[in-house]
Amino acid sequence: MSLWTGILIASVLVYSWKILGFLVPNSVLNHPVVSRVAGLLTVALLAALLGVQGLTGSGQIEFDARVPAIAVAALLLYFKAPFVVMVAASALVAGLLRMFFGI
Amino acid sequence: MAKQSSVTSVSIGVGLATGLYGISFGALSVAAGLDIWQTQVLSLLMFSGGSQFAFVGVVAAAGGVASGGAVIGAAIVSAWLLGIRNGFYAVRMAPILQRVGLGKLIPALLTIDESTAVSLGQQEMKDQVKGFWITGAAVFVFWNLMTFVGAVLGDALGDPRAWGLDAAAAAAFLGLLWPRLKEKQALAVAVAALFIATVTTPYLPAGVPVLLAGLAAVVVGIWNLLGGKK
Repeated sequence: MSLWTGILIASVLVYSWKILGFLVPNSVLNHPVVSRVAGLLTVALLAALLGVQGLTGSGQIEFDARVPAIAVAALLLYFKAPFVVMVAASALVAGLLRMFFGI
Repeated sequence: MAKQSSVTSVSIGVGLATGLYGISFGALSVAAGLDIWQTQVLSLLMFSGGSQFAFVGVVAAAGGVASGGAVIGAAIVSAWLLGIRNGFYAVRMAPILQRVGLGKLIPALLTIDESTAVSLGQQEMKDQVKGFWITGAAVFVFWNLMTFVGAVLGDALGDPRAWGLDAAAAAAFLGLLWPRLKEKQALAVAVAALFIATVTTPYLPAGVPVLLAGLAAVVVGIWNLLGGKK
């Protein structure tokens, strides 16, 4: 499958939830267990992506400049920094650590 | 009158703030190996930040676009599952917007975290409708403009690691996750999912560890483990 095909399929699938909610308000979406699982699924997938993106590389577990960068991001989030500032700061920390320490 | 203009200014403010982090999406997507147009189409058609970051995150974790169909399949499923919350927003928005037939197509596209939150935050029905449309439109315009800016910048930067863009992608996921960690149940699921995805990465094809971690949510959610209220 080409990347373009994947992008189009994924876009249609993401849209399908939105239109389902408008077309069939009393569908499977209107069930408390489904609602709870969906909320937790969002949390689980984002946390998993954080782990894979932050702690692994080339299919292995890797701790490098990303770890302190994520710690700085967490600190900024705790102090309610804007999203874009927090993301930029973490890039800066990782970039500087790599430049000076090569980690 | 004063009330109306306050809905408008809140909506545009939210649109600007959200749009701004479209820069990080654009840059990270290009760093993951997508080209500028592929990045732009994600923002135009998928138009849901969490799903877009997930799609490019799975591709990036696999080492870029050369990695084949299984990785793209996992990217599709991750984006799709992260989009489910928009379905719940749509259920809330449908009776407020009262659109019929094809009139549902555009509001469905604009049904995201921000448009729903601004709308439901208003007292009067008229303001709820207005808040949804202005926020949705403002986020759509700024998110797409800033995606383009980010993609062009990211393309010009060269090696994404040297600029810390891999760390920035992780930080973006942390930022999307952060506001959802207030309850013990969510925090437990997050810790378990992070652990599962990380430790299984050496043993499973790229993209699969993320989906496997999603099982933690299904198990905890179905039996409502650690759930305080029903």
